[in-house]
This record gives sequence, structure tokens and C-alpha cells, in this order.
Amino acid sequence: MNTFLDSFTFMAGHPGLLLGKAWSHLVLSAAAFAVALIIAAPLGIWLGHRRRGAFIAISVSNVGRALPSLALIAIFLGLLGIGFVNVLVALTIMAVPPILTNAYLSVEQVDSDLVRAARGMGLTPRQVLFRIELPLALPVLFTGIRIAVVYVISSASLAAVAGGGGLGDIILNQVAYGLSGVIAAALWVAVLALVADTLLGLVRKLLTPRGVRHLRAEGGSPG
Amino acid sequence: MISGALIAAPHPVIPDFGGVSRCVENNGFFCTDWFTANWTSVFWPALVEHIRLTVMAVGIGFVLAFAAALLAHFRGWLERPVSGLTAFLYTIPPLALFELLVPGTGVSVLTVEIALVAYTLMVLFKNTLTGLREVPADVRRVGEGMGLTRRQILLRIELPLALPSILSGLRIATVTTISTVEIAAFIVDQGLGSPILQGLQSPFNTQFIAAGALAVALALVADGLIVALGRLLTPWARTRRAV
Repeated sequence: MNTFLDSFTFMAGHPGLLLGKAWSHLVLSAAAFAVALIIAAPLGIWLGHRRRGAFIAISVSNVGRALPSLALIAIFLGLLGIGFVNVLVALTIMAVPPILTNAYLSVEQVDSDLVRAARGMGLTPRQVLFRIELPLALPVLFTGIRIAVVYVISSASLAAVAGGGGLGDIILNQVAYGLSGVIAAALWVAVLALVADTLLGLVRKLLTPRGVRHLRAEGGSPG
Repeated sequence: MISGALIAAPHPVIPDFGGVSRCVENNGFFCTDWFTANWTSVFWPALVEHIRLTVMAVGIGFVLAFAAALLAHFRGWLERPVSGLTAFLYTIPPLALFELLVPGTGVSVLTVEIALVAYTLMVLFKNTLTGLREVPADVRRVGEGMGLTRRQILLRIELPLALPSILSGLRIATVTTISTVEIAAFIVDQGLGSPILQGLQSPFNTQFIAAGALAVALALVADGLIVALGRLLTPWARTRRAV
């Protein structure tokens, strides 16, 4: 128990250090997430809209889950050398599968009767996508985003082994910061992940169209 | 004494490793000869430890989650607290959870296993319960009509029909655990994570790349094995889309 109390003393003593590392942790996570979102969301939505490529969209997430984060960082260390870029690439690869799969499922699971009705009303495919499918897809899409964000924040703590910075610098350097420092940084990472998860859960609720809330709002595949 | 012994030795104390291949000399991306030479001393033991840690965690996690899901199946109000707790545990980053447990249980396999088990619970619980709940009410009623007891309905109807969902949970949990065991090497010197971490200390590529690739291969093989097991156990589900 003492160690935990010591870790709070550490926090009080080194607020600048922890804030700085937390900031670089967030920057790294946000960058990786943004790149993954730009790649995976449009692709998944497009595949779902065409109702094609189920196999690709699903197996990407199965294979993606099998890629251990530490192994990925190690392999990219061999390819790209030490530093921010290596970790960014590894984290992006980890964030793509949940976003892609859920983006695909989110559009694909939209009731095909609704899509047909919309077509019957004379909506163009573009209008069908933006006015019918996407609003109905948002909750499931957001489940994927939430999984990806938490996963990236959590894996970013391994970035320190490849010179990527972040709170992992403290967690993995017990020699310099002592066990209390390690625990303090571990608590910060845990809180970061939990806060991100809760916030995204709230946003997901806000984004869900009122009509959909009445339906079962749960869905999406876990990672 | 010691210096005398050193001088007396006819050869230098540095052991003779024999000739080094050009690949190792140039630190190539992956040196097959070095990998095969170190297979029995480095990679095989690490792989075995990795599998042992994974099987232990998934096994214990499965028993706990399965029991909790059965309870929640009969006592509906249990679902919310259990899934809330398991989701909370799942959200904590592995490296952080490992370190946070160290003051309690020390630098030990126990620490690692507690965290690993905690991570398997959410998926296993959720998938087992979903599988049991999604058994069509009509099928259940047919069982009642045939005079089956509640227990027989569970064992002969609900559990077999829930099997695909349970197995897909097992699949996700196993693959995720294989990935998390790598991170456990920061706490205990076991599993494929430990050659990765040792390898990262030096600029020599092959060690950490080989260990990383082995972990990926292990996860893919485990994934395939569970899919195959599912096919064997649920021949009736073969026509359905396997997700």
C-alpha cells in the first residue's frame, strides 16, 4: 500500500515530467489513430455500402488481433530504425483492424429494406449513403473507434522501447524513477485509457439517432 | 588466484563460436542460420513458456467467465455488474496493470497471470452469455414440451447451440492473450517477449524479429486450431457464415 502512497508523492513532486510525458503519449496516440481513421473508415464504409468484401473486412480484424503490439514494434524497429515514425506505423497498423471491421459491419448491418425504400423514393446512391446508411451506422462505427483509441493509448506505453516517448518512458525506466515513479505513470496511463473510453462512450450516445436508440443499441465486434 | 588461472589457460577465455556468417556480420534483417543455431537454446524454450502462460490464463479465465455467464443466464441482474467490471479491467493498459499489481503480488508469474486472466474475462463472459441468450425460445419450449428438466435443457439444448459463440470468444481471448504475454516479459523473464526485450538492447536484428514473428505465427496457429475445433464440435453450423 505504501508504494501507492509514494506514487502520489511522486506525482506531486514531478507534475511537469508527468504532464510532458502524458502529452507526448497523447500526441503519439492521436497521430496513429488519425492516420488509421483516414485509411480504414472510408474503406470500410465503402465496402459496406457496396455490400462487398466481407471476407477482407472480417479477416483483417482476425489477423490484426493476432499481431502482438510488442512484436510489431520490434519488427518495425528492424525496418525503420528507432524513433517516432516506427512506433507511429506500428500503432497505426494496430488501430486499422477494429476501425475497418466495424466500419464495414456498421454500414452492412443497416436494414436492407430501408435502403430499398430509400432507393424507391428516388435517392441517389450517394444520398442513400449519407442520409440513410451513415446515420444508422454511426453507433457501430463508433464502437470500432472506441476500441481502436483505447488500444492505441494502451499500446503507446510500449513505444518507449523504440524511442517513441510517452508515459512508457517512465514505466519502463524503474532504475531512474523508482517503483513509485513507475506506479505513478502506470496509474496515469490507466486513467488516460479509462477517460478516453468513457468520453467516447458518451459521444457515441450523443451521435446515436433518436430512432436507433429505441432499437438495441449494442453491436459491433470486439476488436 | 583468478588472474593466475586466466594466465594459465592455454586459450583465451572467450568461447569460440566458430565462424560467423556474412549475414550476422552485416546484421541483416533476418539471419536464418543464426535463428536455427539458437532455436534450441533461445526460441524453443521461450515458445514453450509462452504457450504455458497463455494456456494457464485462458483456462482459468474460461472457468471463471463460464461460471459467471451461467449465473448471469439464470439471474439476469448479474449481467450488468459483471460486464461492467470485466469491461473496466479490459480497458486498463496491460503494461500499467502489470506494474500496478507488482506492489501487491511482487515480480512473479502470479502477478502476470492475474492480469492475463483479467483480460480474458470480458470477451469470454460476453460471448458465452450471448450464445446462451440467443438460443431461440421455440427450441427451448420444444425441450420443455419433451419433458426435459431445466438442467437437461441447459446441457442438451442451450450449451450445444451456444457453442459457436463460446468458441469465437475463446478464439479472441486466446489470440489476445498470446499478444499480451509478450508484454508480460517486462515483469517476468518468460515467453517470447523476453528474447524481444533482450534483443532490443543490442542493434542485432534477428533475435527480436524472429521472436516477434514467432509470436505472430503462434497466434495465427492458435486461431486456426480453435476454428478447426469449432468445425469438429459443431458440424451442424458449417453452412453458417463463420465470423
